Amino acid sequence: MLIPHPLLGLRDAQEFTYLGDASLLNRPDPATPGAEAAFCDYVFLRDNPAGVHRELWFHEQGDRSWLVVTRNTLTHEILSAELASDVKAGAAQ
Amino acid sequence: MTRLNGGLIDRTRPLNFTFNSKAYQGFEGDTLASALLANGVRLMGRSFKYHRPRGVIAAGSEEPNALVELREGARAEPNTRATVAELYDGLSARSQNHVGPLHRDFMAVNDLLSPFFAAGFYYKTFMWPRAFWEKLYEPAIRKAAGLGSLSMLPDPDAYDRGYLHCDLLVIGGGAAGLAAALTAGRAGAQVVLADEDFRLGGRLLMESDLLNGAPAHDWVETVRAELDSLPNVRIMTRTTVFGVFDHGIYGAVERVADHLASPGDKVRQTLWRITAKRAVLAAGATERHIPFADNDRPGIMLAGALRAYANRWAAAPVAAAGDAIAVFTNGDDGHRTACDLLAKGAKVLGVIDTRADAVAQGDYRVFAGAQVTGSKGRLGLTQIEITQGGHSSWHAVGALGVAGGWNPNLHLASHHRGRPHWDESLLAFVPGQGGPQGLIAAGAAAGKGGTAQALADGKRAAQAALSDLEIAAPEILLPEARDAAAAQEAFRHVPGKKRAWVDFQNDVTVKDVKLAHQENMRPVEHLKRWTTLGMATDQGKTSNVSALAVMAELTGKTIPETGTTIFRPPYTPVSLGVLGGGDTGKHFRPFRLTPTHDWARAQGAEFVEVGQWMRAQYFPQPGETHWRQSVDREALAVRSGVGLCDVTTLGKVDVQGADAGEFLNRLYANMMGTLKVGMVRYGLMLREDGHAYDDGTCARLAEDHYVVTTTTANAGLVYQRMEFARQCLWPELDVQLISTTDAWAQIAVAGPKSRALLSRIVDGFDLSNEAFPFMACAPLTICNGLRARLFRISFSGELAYEIAVPARYGHALMARLMEQGKDLGVTPYGTETLGVLRIEKGHAAGAELNGQTTAQMLGLGRMVSQKKDSIGAVMSRREGLAAERRRLVGLKSVSPQEQVAAGSHLFTQGAAQNMSTDQGWVTSSCWSPHLQSYIALAYLEDGDKRLGEIVTAANPLEGRELRAEVVSAHFVDPEGGRLRD
Repeated sequence: MLIPHPLLGLRDAQEFTYLGDASLLNRPDPATPGAEAAFCDYVFLRDNPAGVHRELWFHEQGDRSWLVVTRNTLTHEILSAELASDVKAGAAQ
Repeated sequence: MTRLNGGLIDRTRPLNFTFNSKAYQGFEGDTLASALLANGVRLMGRSFKYHRPRGVIAAGSEEPNALVELREGARAEPNTRATVAELYDGLSARSQNHVGPLHRDFMAVNDLLSPFFAAGFYYKTFMWPRAFWEKLYEPAIRKAAGLGSLSMLPDPDAYDRGYLHCDLLVIGGGAAGLAAALTAGRAGAQVVLADEDFRLGGRLLMESDLLNGAPAHDWVETVRAELDSLPNVRIMTRTTVFGVFDHGIYGAVERVADHLASPGDKVRQTLWRITAKRAVLAAGATERHIPFADNDRPGIMLAGALRAYANRWAAAPVAAAGDAIAVFTNGDDGHRTACDLLAKGAKVLGVIDTRADAVAQGDYRVFAGAQVTGSKGRLGLTQIEITQGGHSSWHAVGALGVAGGWNPNLHLASHHRGRPHWDESLLAFVPGQGGPQGLIAAGAAAGKGGTAQALADGKRAAQAALSDLEIAAPEILLPEARDAAAAQEAFRHVPGKKRAWVDFQNDVTVKDVKLAHQENMRPVEHLKRWTTLGMATDQGKTSNVSALAVMAELTGKTIPETGTTIFRPPYTPVSLGVLGGGDTGKHFRPFRLTPTHDWARAQGAEFVEVGQWMRAQYFPQPGETHWRQSVDREALAVRSGVGLCDVTTLGKVDVQGADAGEFLNRLYANMMGTLKVGMVRYGLMLREDGHAYDDGTCARLAEDHYVVTTTTANAGLVYQRMEFARQCLWPELDVQLISTTDAWAQIAVAGPKSRALLSRIVDGFDLSNEAFPFMACAPLTICNGLRARLFRISFSGELAYEIAVPARYGHALMARLMEQGKDLGVTPYGTETLGVLRIEKGHAAGAELNGQTTAQMLGLGRMVSQKKDSIGAVMSRREGLAAERRRLVGLKSVSPQEQVAAGSHLFTQGAAQNMSTDQGWVTSSCWSPHLQSYIALAYLEDGDKRLGEIVTAANPLEGRELRAEVVSAHFVDPEGGRLRD
């Protein structure tokens, strides 16, 4: 597979390591009541859709950026790739 | 000899070879199959299940039958198709899958027992008694079945990997492929042309067609010369594109040296990864046969293959020159074979055409509306039975060609869920919807198999690809050619009671397909698995569609309703050696050497693999015959004097930025932001699920600059996780990270004399306890100006330091310390002693931080700060983890000479030993030279409250158990005075 790195262009997937569901960006607030249950979901529950999936890839053999890659798990078509820090910063606004 | 005239072989270059130890001669340009046929050898092997005599069926990579073992010794390669084995001088080959000589295989008794070996036989017969399966049935079946056998010797050859990028990949160098490559090559596009054959041309080499009024191979040579002259075209013969992967990546194997007696200094094969913007699939087509009774005798082959052997290799597959040849066909194509054979001077009995209105296309007899209904000849065809109008007669023949129509080689087009489409006019599947993006099928692979058709279609496909890529394509002039007549009727198999083979490789007959139908194994997937149809090396290239046709007939459905099998990589078998690409043995994964590796080797160190690293394990001295002697000596030397150990492999991460302290607060369970500049603190990381993850030290070199260390094993993963925290969790923090593990050589200088030794190399740096206390750190210079970092940290429990210098000075620093410390008795020590020292001090390492343990178990529960959030803090407080009562303790063997084995489980003395009474386990154990006793670290329920108690350590694996006293994990200097003075 080729991953369109937002800074470096098309890069071979072999340069990356895979983590999975990008919901890992949404770490619960530890200060809210019921944080333990929220953390339980965060740590143990993942979606595994047959279809479009947002997932985390780490450019380990490259610029060491974490990307959020939107990929169709059925066709391996890659719909977008963004810097995870941008996604996170965008969500915070 | 049964050589004909002409052919694309070089008769001035004879090649000697052996088959089953008998010497033969062929010519350059021959394959093993064509050379054997030209020598009158038809019997080449035995079938998989029934051990029937078998000969060659095809002339290409689809061959199901003629599988041989090539070469000798470690280079012996089983299951090699004789049809694609290029002949070289000195080649040796052997037939396989028989007991005793090939012409008298003792396993042929299976054929007589065939009524018992029908499809599903194994599934039904060896069901019980259950215990017999593993010991009796399976070994016996494995021995009897199967194809060739391995040499069991290591592969002596080298393999390589290569990467190519192009605009257009052309797969197949026949009429369509050459037209495509020429079109794109002249347009200036980057082109890779790959063909599995050793000579470009595809079917053009096998047919008698004329191009521009001259033999087709003349045109092929002209095109090849032009393509060779174009710098933007790369021609790769002996290269099979075996699969399409995501995003335009194609896998290919180039057989670099398989046509040579020995690769010499070449690699044997290269695995190519070709990234192509577009590809043209011009892989041609594979002929079908027509099953009839006893259709598997040597001498019966595909009519197109028969024609190929005659035209390209000037070989007739008959036992003796002059034997007659017949052709059995359901269409016009079979008549081409008869015409070509006549033109070559072979004797043709006639063409048996299933069509009632068939007429001869040349000077041969036509049996119109007839069928072949039987054959004779124990080890090779001697007679066929022709049935015409209800009347049967036997005819002497030496060979029979069977023409059942052509199947496009659409394999690659079906790799990405591409669905083949049934073309009723061609009576074949063609590439259909879906499939790899950017792959365009052309020529016979797209059902356009006429010569003129294929040329035009190749050009069209290339033009379409170029247009997509916005490359202007010049108009090219194609050679004059014509399409041979290709009408056929849907005649699939000859009905009858005797066995008619559908899949030669797996011995599947029409009867087996009927049985599968009867047993309701009707979907193609079930048919395949019930009968083994289409399995093994040929993956059903010559059999799948015929079997589908039989199943369709039985179910009364059409072929597309019955289904189709789609294909997955590889197109033809790929050796595991080339997939490894040379990454075997030492090259299986990268290995890393410490900066003092060469130095340690010169000292005679023994090494041990730690992750990717090679680390010195211990340093044997003259007279030491056992590793324990070396380790005991090294450990005592550290406790009484000074020792040196390379600790470069511990991961190091440089953390800088205004928010570095806050960032580390969130990463480590304990507080890091409050650390004073110039000081070091032990740090514990948790996983987000609350378990202990990794530990190390944090040194604060400046307000906004920390250096943290990780364990050797987790160096890469901890760094990755730190980047995750920085980018994915808290991008608003001002902090930057870089791994500096390889940038700094780090040496532990440990022991009561370490300060004395270091004072001899530092440049006027005050090492006194007051100026540089325990857990201090500082940048400094040593040895007259070399920049370094000094940390007063201790893994051994002694007064100790770790000193870091730029990695390139690591070797020199080690040599300097050894030289300066001679009179202090300085002693190098390895990982084994490092382990002994840390167990004596009760420091956790990998065995204690195994992913199942918590901070409380390590005795570090109070380190998990309640004042701040950090990764894992919330989950560490959850029920189950918080209630964990096991604690890290030391164990001392009651009999000092008995080892408490790591992995032993702990029980109250005298208690029954089972899961419910289990109280913990031993994590690490060693002989302590300091205590003169075996000691261990263990997790024990309420261990911190049980000091002094004797517990039982049970090791049921070895049938041992012994008694040990529960003690503090800090065997040495529990007050820590030695560290601090």
